[in-house]
Amino acid sequence: MEVPAAPAERAAVDALLGAPESSWDGAHRTAADGRVAFGGFHLAAARRELLLPALHAVQSEIGWISRGALDYVCRRLGVPPAEAYGVASFYALLSLEERPPRVAHVCDDVCCRPHGALELISALNDAIGPAGTVAEGATWLPSPCLGQCDRAPAVFLQMAGEADVVLTAASPEQVLAALRSDGSITPGAAPVVVGEALLGRIGTVDPTSLASHVAHGGYEALQRAVELGPAAVVAELKASNLRGRGGAAFPAGVKWEAVAGSAEPVRYLICNADESEPGTFKDRVLMEGDPFLLVEAMTIAGFAVGAERGYLYIRGEYPAATDLLRSAIVQARAAGYLGRSVTGAGFDFDIEIRRGGGAYICGEETALMNSIEGLRGEPRNKPPFPTQHGLFGQPTVINNVETLMNVPAIVTGGGAAFAEVGTPQSTGTKLYCVSGAVARPGTYEVAMGETLAALIDKAGGPVGELRAVLLGGAAGAFVGIDMLEMPLTFEGAAAHGVSLGSGVVMLFNHSADFPDLVRRVAAFFRDESCGQCVPCRVGTVRQEELLARHLTSGRPLDRALLEEIDRVMKDASICGLGHTAAIAIRSAVDLGLLESA
Amino acid sequence: MLGAGGGTSSYEEIETTDVILLWGSNARDAHPIFFHHLIKGVRNGAKMYTVDPRRTSSAAWADVWLGIDVGADIALANTVGREIITAGLANRSFIEHSTAHFEDYAAAVEEWTLERGEQVTGVPAAVIKEMAHTYATADTAQICWTLGITEHHNATDNVLALISLALLTGHVGRYGSGLVPIRGQNNVQGGGDMGALPNKLPGFQDVEDDEARGKFEALWGHAIPAQAGKHLSLMIEAMEQKEITALYVIGENPAQSEADTSHIESVLNGLEFMVVQDIFLTRTAEMADVVLPAAAGWAETEGTVTSSERRVQRVRKALDPPGEAKDDIDIISQLAERMGRGWGIPTAEEAWDELRALSPMHAGMSYRRLDELGGIQWPCPDEEHPGTQFLHGWLWEDPMPREPAPFVPTPWVPPVDELTDEYPIRLTTGRRLDSYNTGVQSSGYESPLRAGGLIEIAPEDGASLDLAEGDLVRVASRRGAIEVPVYFHESLRPGLAFMAFHFPDEAAVNELTIDAWDPKSGTAEFKATAVRIEKVA
Repeated sequence: MEVPAAPAERAAVDALLGAPESSWDGAHRTAADGRVAFGGFHLAAARRELLLPALHAVQSEIGWISRGALDYVCRRLGVPPAEAYGVASFYALLSLEERPPRVAHVCDDVCCRPHGALELISALNDAIGPAGTVAEGATWLPSPCLGQCDRAPAVFLQMAGEADVVLTAASPEQVLAALRSDGSITPGAAPVVVGEALLGRIGTVDPTSLASHVAHGGYEALQRAVELGPAAVVAELKASNLRGRGGAAFPAGVKWEAVAGSAEPVRYLICNADESEPGTFKDRVLMEGDPFLLVEAMTIAGFAVGAERGYLYIRGEYPAATDLLRSAIVQARAAGYLGRSVTGAGFDFDIEIRRGGGAYICGEETALMNSIEGLRGEPRNKPPFPTQHGLFGQPTVINNVETLMNVPAIVTGGGAAFAEVGTPQSTGTKLYCVSGAVARPGTYEVAMGETLAALIDKAGGPVGELRAVLLGGAAGAFVGIDMLEMPLTFEGAAAHGVSLGSGVVMLFNHSADFPDLVRRVAAFFRDESCGQCVPCRVGTVRQEELLARHLTSGRPLDRALLEEIDRVMKDASICGLGHTAAIAIRSAVDLGLLESA
Repeated sequence: MLGAGGGTSSYEEIETTDVILLWGSNARDAHPIFFHHLIKGVRNGAKMYTVDPRRTSSAAWADVWLGIDVGADIALANTVGREIITAGLANRSFIEHSTAHFEDYAAAVEEWTLERGEQVTGVPAAVIKEMAHTYATADTAQICWTLGITEHHNATDNVLALISLALLTGHVGRYGSGLVPIRGQNNVQGGGDMGALPNKLPGFQDVEDDEARGKFEALWGHAIPAQAGKHLSLMIEAMEQKEITALYVIGENPAQSEADTSHIESVLNGLEFMVVQDIFLTRTAEMADVVLPAAAGWAETEGTVTSSERRVQRVRKALDPPGEAKDDIDIISQLAERMGRGWGIPTAEEAWDELRALSPMHAGMSYRRLDELGGIQWPCPDEEHPGTQFLHGWLWEDPMPREPAPFVPTPWVPPVDELTDEYPIRLTTGRRLDSYNTGVQSSGYESPLRAGGLIEIAPEDGASLDLAEGDLVRVASRRGAIEVPVYFHESLRPGLAFMAFHFPDEAAVNELTIDAWDPKSGTAEFKATAVRIEKVA
């Protein structure tokens, strides 16, 4: 039986969807409703992509999603309650159980852990109680990486009825004060951002002002793109040999060319801003520092591939970047840079923001598409690839934030000039998220081909005696100090059996508790596995158990089993999560990092 | 009117058609297998309208639901027909080439303006117009219906009114377009095909046609009565008048399934002799003089079934029937022997081959071919014939091989059981997903969905009658009264009530229903009863 929603819950949903039009979608019943109803499958299918935004609307206004609120969302959208429940329960930031209005999600992941998170958690334990304890309208919960590793420890404050906030370098006093709503929340220290090309404008350009963007050369690239025409833009991108910066390093020009050449008239562009690889924060830095450039880059991409609609799917834990981008889109639209006939150039393009719900897997491109479509964020089988059958089944270009933000310079300066930087196979510059036991954690941009040692030097060198570097995040690998001379290129990393991944360079020194860190990585994958395919769902659990057996009982590590689990997950998982879930753990074992235990 | 006793189209076609009019059918609950095919069609892009007094779970799938008054189907169909004609959307060349008496039809529907249509049906004129235009201009479209059309005193006219719409637009006799009465069991179609009709021999051959009958008489070596028999409603009348004094019931439970239960019980009790052949000891069987336990058709016998799309499929025996239960062929053959006409006990295939010799539409369906092709759709006149995916393709042939299909004007007549101040609420009946007919086959199983015997009314009526959900109410019609708990449901508008007929023991809805029946089909008007609802103090 349907449970009625509270007025505040209805208001939260109606603020997003508008008022209902008939009793069949939630209004008070009139005589006319007994004679006709418009609805059915097609209307529900068209509205389905509003499911996640509607659930977010309730969550952020009320603090949790009651049965009545869920039923009301279902009625408004024509979604069966069981399906909506499946979607709502998929995301960590959405709660189907009552939660107090203020929730502190405290990062206890690999970087924050040794940099204050464990002390912070212990203080919260003392002050409030164990995770989930409700006191004075507030609680705290442990969280995977929040993408603030350069300013650890990080806390994401999810606040019902008010704006969500992130605390960096958070002290227990700060967190407790925020949970009690005592006074204003002081912003954290400015991040360290070092770079010339992509990062060059950050700190100079005003991220809240379109005028500032234009004053600093904004929209010259779009104008140039329009002069060149779509085919030439794609050709420049191919000439640049820009490879994807999200981790997979796929040539961006190949994707664009495939979609631009599609016979399907409806195509989509997606900017993957669901940056959630532990240790990664460079996309956030780009979005917070230079949001208009991303909007412009997406517009160029839409123009080049013939997409009229772009989705920007951003991590739910990035409220500041979300607000800045929202404002940038509104300003760009008002000035004619988005919408019908962009800048009078005769093409239509607009951008919609979709907020993630706290699910690492949604960074996987097809899971992200399912998430936009209002389904559970479970990856799809590939092929077909998104360039043929992507969002809503249409040809889709999906690029990472950093990848897209390279585009304006490629358009204005030409693909060949871009390709002159770096190596033939790894062109341009690359952003690295340097964190952990390092003097100046921050975002560093270096030309492709710099060595790992040079990058670490740039960040002031290690703190203490360096023992290992986690390269590429939880899905990447630990590398030892014998590999510091490795050139940071796609091919250079591959030659060493590792990958640059999303640009994570996390340093660990002599004081690091590697067994604890490795168990945290194993727990992360077990928690974030979507559960759709068996190898990953079971494999990530078995792997964690195997580590626990070794590390708590002192029994020898069952390496053969670890390798077998890894092989099964690599061979038979649907997506990259399963493929990479054992890499960091195996690399730690191979480096002997667990042996001090 | 088109001269075939089956739906014109295949399941495959509902999956690819452009427009679906689901009229008087809650197929999602009552015909879930067909509805799966229909959902595929909707997912493939078909626009769907449902015409139903209630906004059923089927209607929830529809782009548009038309909340018609019970028994106003002809009014709606005539209005749609007139609108198609006046808007110039009728398929003139098809009408000219393939139909007859169009002018009579056009003249008869002339009074059915959109305004009058709205007035009689309750459906807004703009919505009627929209459905008319969408149906008429679709490339392919199907009208599907079930008992909401046929359980009325004017059932045949209801069907004819729908057929007229197909003739008007040419939505028949082509792949994807058609007229589809959905069958409620896996073999309802087969029952009719095999001659379980008072006026037909197997293969829909008219019993009053001397040539057809002669063929059967020659093979069977026995004369067959040359007049059509009585359909169920006439049989009941004849039993009442002691014209029929003995009854042989096979796989039916009339004591609970017929309208006006107390009346039918007294009629059955008045018989001199009743035999019931069934796999369950039904209420009817309890009243019988002799019960012949039968084998379950789907697991304990060999044979065939025929689905709504006219597809004959084989059924294979997996188990021996328990105890003294016997295959129907066995029972009938042994009865024949005791009656002095021993023909041995044929196998199912032998019986089938005899049918193939007599029924041209089944002639090509050997067991071997049924196996090879996974079933065959009739007609299949010879062993080279692949079967027929859709019927009435001849309508589109030039020249036409048969007489054109006639339009038959259908005047609207309201339900017999009038609404008055004394009986102000229209009660309609139907099925639920978890239960089956009178519950003989489904009440032995539990279901989390089962609501049990209750009456559903509009929340507004609940308020005005000062009722709370779960209250016991007395529901009275001109024929009887029952006491049941009441629940509110938004699928009902004020003045409309609903009961399922699955629970004759706890909620004997047919104590209330009227046995006014359609003179042409013999179906009673289960769908339209006037009742009064009062709180039981």
